Amino acid sequence: MHDRLSPSRIPSISPLTFSFAVAFAALVIVSAGQVAPSPEQLASGLPRMAHLVGRMIPPNVEPGFLLRVFWRMIETFQIALVGTAIGVALSLPFAWISAKDITPLGPFRHISRMLVSLFRTVPDLVWALLFVSAVGLGAVAGTMTIVVDTIGFCGRFFAEAMEDADERPQEALFAIGAGRFSVLCGAVLPDAMPSLINTTLFALEKAVRSSVVLGLVGAGGIGQELKVAFDLFQYKNAATIILVIFAIVVLMEFVTDRLRSKVQ
Amino acid sequence: MTAIIRAHDLAKSYANGKVIFSSVGLNIESRERVALIGSNGAGKSTLLKCLIGLLPSSGGEVVTLGESFRSAPSVAQLRRIRRQIGFVFQHHGLVSRQSVLTNVLQGKLGLPGGWRGWHHSIAKQYWREEAMQALADVRLLGKAGARADALSGGQAQRVAIARALIRRPKLLIADEPAASLDPAAGHDVMRVFSELTQEQAITLVYTTHDMEHALGYSDRLIALKAGKVFLDRPTAQVTRGDLKDVFDA
Repeated sequence: MHDRLSPSRIPSISPLTFSFAVAFAALVIVSAGQVAPSPEQLASGLPRMAHLVGRMIPPNVEPGFLLRVFWRMIETFQIALVGTAIGVALSLPFAWISAKDITPLGPFRHISRMLVSLFRTVPDLVWALLFVSAVGLGAVAGTMTIVVDTIGFCGRFFAEAMEDADERPQEALFAIGAGRFSVLCGAVLPDAMPSLINTTLFALEKAVRSSVVLGLVGAGGIGQELKVAFDLFQYKNAATIILVIFAIVVLMEFVTDRLRSKVQ
Repeated sequence: MTAIIRAHDLAKSYANGKVIFSSVGLNIESRERVALIGSNGAGKSTLLKCLIGLLPSSGGEVVTLGESFRSAPSVAQLRRIRRQIGFVFQHHGLVSRQSVLTNVLQGKLGLPGGWRGWHHSIAKQYWREEAMQALADVRLLGKAGARADALSGGQAQRVAIARALIRRPKLLIADEPAASLDPAAGHDVMRVFSELTQEQAITLVYTTHDMEHALGYSDRLIALKAGKVFLDRPTAQVTRGDLKDVFDA
């Protein structure tokens, strides 16, 4: 008797949902057949990978090379730091004019939102290629890439943080005739500050990771050194660079995590 | 005494035809403390907003702080009116992550050069002194450096009063200022209102549901009922029977 009252173990689905599920599964299987590694490829590729790793060991620790990697890493960090700082500074006005109910632009805020979306959706390597074409090889192209990437990331999350700020202080200040910019500075930014700082720290972390690979397309930093090492089959050099990158990224995550935990 | 607010034949209705009030006439003199009472939905807050031009009225004429307008004031008029008014809302509306001192100084926003009220670190020295005096007036001098979210509800509302007073307003508007406070804190806030507005010669208009607050801290009582001014009388002459009539269906 109770079985009749209890719900079915398998929820019924509509024919349309079932059709979509089957089509999706078919798409995954067909795609896997074309792009996923076959067992034969895995069997032949793994020994080659092991051979490559073998040629990387031991990593190159010659003082001259380590010094060169150190200065390249400093340059990478500079690209990330300066790019993030400029990007965050530019993200604030973008966020302000994009944020619903706070923007001074009314419905035209969507133009700013779309621009921020464009910055975010185009991959950073594509931006790097564009800037390398525009300003030439080197760190400046990398910094400009990080700036655009940071605006795409922070512009969106800053705007959301501003939209989520407590509206009651804003109403109190609007009532006494405070302008939109005064309300932004007096009420919105202080309230959104923890979120803004968190987002900035994530952006810095992301910028360090991005700036590492920008060198692959000639936009400065340690990536350029890594590309040269692979191009010239200097795998021991490549191993050192990969280990340094790993150490820097982990250190960066540790530092930003600690800073985030202090933000209230 | 001079009139701070005069309204003649004031009406407010919405596009869907709902009438909030009509034919409202009132005269509020300088230095008066006026309590505006009425049932929920009687239109007290709407009337307050129409009187100071924050909401457009549907008919009639208002003269507030010397600015005469029908429906809504011009932008210039509204700016002049706002410069002479202090507001206190049911919720204090303080910026929780800012210091009490900064919150008080933000009362200067909207005044000429008021942008320096964004934060206490950039405020003019004499503004800072005024803010400290306002905090002393509301008995919170020791809390100047505390964050606003560390205050109790009553303390936060007293900071909101200090923020309103630092504007040196001629008119202080308070919309249910004690509604979210416990009885003791509510009386404390109303006492501060009453004392400071008398000391500083400020006209006070407040809405309230609490009859003790209405009778205890006002000189005059105006009651709205069924969209009309049902009662407009010096508080000393208001009887329990009058109040019963206001709230009886």
